[in-house]
Amino acid sequence: MEREEIFGRLNEVFCEYFDDDDITVTDETTAADIEDWDSLEHINLLVAIEREFGIKFTMGETSEMKNVGEMVTAISEHLK
Amino acid sequence: MRELDYPFDSEDLLTRKRAIRKAIRKETEGINLPEKRIAVLGGSTTHGIIEMLELFLLNKGIRPVFYESEYNMYWEDVMFDAGGLSGFKPDIIFIHTSTRNIRNTPNVKMSAAEIEEALNAEYGHFEELWNKIREKYGCPIIQNNFEQPFYRLLGNRDVVDVHGLHSFVQRLNSKFYDYARAHENFFINDIAFMAASYGLQKWSDPYYYHMYKYIMCVPAIPEFAYNLSNIIGSIYGKNKKAFALDLDNTLWGGIVGDDGPENIEIGQETPKAQLYSEFQRYIKAHRDIGVLLTVDSKNEEENALAGLKRPDSVLSPDDFSDIKANWDPKDMNLKALAKELNIGEDAFVFVDDNPAERHIVREQVGGAAVPELSVPEHYITEIDRGGYFEVTSLSEDDLKRNEMYKANAERGKLQKSFADYGEYLKSLEMKAHIAPFEDMYMARIAQLTNKSNQFNLTTKRCSQAEIESYAANDNYITLYGALRDRFGDNGVVSVAFGHIDEKDKAVFHIDLWLMSCRVLKRDMEFAMMDKMIAECNSRGIKRIIGYYYPTAKNGMVKDFYDLQGFTKVSESEKGDIVFELVLDEKKEGFSDRGVRNKVIVVE
Repeated sequence: MEREEIFGRLNEVFCEYFDDDDITVTDETTAADIEDWDSLEHINLLVAIEREFGIKFTMGETSEMKNVGEMVTAISEHLK
Repeated sequence: MRELDYPFDSEDLLTRKRAIRKAIRKETEGINLPEKRIAVLGGSTTHGIIEMLELFLLNKGIRPVFYESEYNMYWEDVMFDAGGLSGFKPDIIFIHTSTRNIRNTPNVKMSAAEIEEALNAEYGHFEELWNKIREKYGCPIIQNNFEQPFYRLLGNRDVVDVHGLHSFVQRLNSKFYDYARAHENFFINDIAFMAASYGLQKWSDPYYYHMYKYIMCVPAIPEFAYNLSNIIGSIYGKNKKAFALDLDNTLWGGIVGDDGPENIEIGQETPKAQLYSEFQRYIKAHRDIGVLLTVDSKNEEENALAGLKRPDSVLSPDDFSDIKANWDPKDMNLKALAKELNIGEDAFVFVDDNPAERHIVREQVGGAAVPELSVPEHYITEIDRGGYFEVTSLSEDDLKRNEMYKANAERGKLQKSFADYGEYLKSLEMKAHIAPFEDMYMARIAQLTNKSNQFNLTTKRCSQAEIESYAANDNYITLYGALRDRFGDNGVVSVAFGHIDEKDKAVFHIDLWLMSCRVLKRDMEFAMMDKMIAECNSRGIKRIIGYYYPTAKNGMVKDFYDLQGFTKVSESEKGDIVFELVLDEKKEGFSDRGVRNKVIVVE
């Protein structure tokens, strides 16, 4: 799956999860850019993303993701 | 809301929780739901649990307000309260601990005596906490038990050997259960079952604990919260009361009208017949815990009865409180059943293999539970996990309920043979016991305040702890009434209490007055009021004030105080009405109304 396609599907998960259609995620997007995205929400967001792509992040990946770009990289690794 | 009814899609709930929360909050906005203050004291993360719990409780008709302890401060919050918890004034305290919170774990170097000591220390830590809560808050406590550890140091021996953690956890759980059996208002949230049922490996995935300090995997949170909401719902009287059961391909295999009663699948002859028999046994066992069984089936009645009368059928026609087998739409039959049994339409669980029938009942009957059924081999699980009849207390009345409804039917037959209603009432040879709240009935009294909707003047809901506190307070007068007659014992059927005015000791306010609809028109309310007035008089009270607060369901008692001989004082725009009765100790019955009960012997 191309990064662009992953971005598209990821964006939908973000919009649905935060119930906000105005969200656009980019490589540089971090939790600081989205109002409701705090550490407690992060875990549920990850579950929603895992569900969308049918994958399961490892603890290593989860703790190293610094922004959405790295998240997309981790997803594409799982989909290889 | 359909998304929140069991069986729900957990992942969908987690993904769309914001949208669902918005929708359920909107749906329940402006509706007068009872507000309950729930303190969640966690030994691990509780954030996601509270979010899901809110959704399920709103869906059950309870508006929760939460207090959340700081991370892993469940013990300190109670023992060294800095004002947060006591200021919150909890109605319920939920203690969310798990095997991860056990501090005194055994190891193979310890002697049996040392392990025993560790066990007692661990248990003592919790018992101290519960006793403190009981003494300080007196509110119901919900406590997790311990799930099995996800590894076994000693292999299969871990559960046998006292050094094993599995053995330790089981013994600790056992002590928790002993406490739960010995104390009312203390409930175990059985996460050991939840974890086993979900799959222990998945449930206990260490990823979620180490990343976020959740003791269970996040996708299991909705199931966890739902199970917890069932306990809370049950405490506040949200349990269902009856099954409305389809027959063909639900209680037996095949269609009795087409195949003939001799050819339906029930009994022990085929695997399918055995499966339906097991399901019938499961349903029948509900009679014993006080759930009413009814039939709602599209059939000729004769055929329906023929199916149930087969000698190898587990359920027989006598097991049912009412049978509707006809060609009317099922939603109409269900409404008729509700009317005849004098219970709410929303008190039913409708069980039917046909999706179209489930759909129409879901659409037409507000509040009834309509579980999705897949295949007969999963019926039990699909109904059981719905938690519709969560037993938080099993009162004597629950155990006798089916007999009571039978006795009602016999009374109905007798009534037809009397021309004069007064003569009929006398022929019932009724005897009432009316007295201040007593210890053995506290559970039943609290249950009645949460379950009675129709004959209920103020619809005040009370926990058992509150009921006990009124009974112990000298400024309150409390009464319960139990009624027996020649056909049987109705148990506790009426509850009333009120308090003496703080400023004027000669004035008494009636806070709650309710009666079970199964003794309507038996003059029990007059016997109760005669007694209440006598009690007030003996305390030197000169004026009794009664209140009627209208709800969607209590229209039948709008004139209650009128009929009791009270005078209307005022009526607000909302329809709240205030009545009064002036006492005069020189008069018979201590007021102008006199003594009104002439048919019940009060003991």
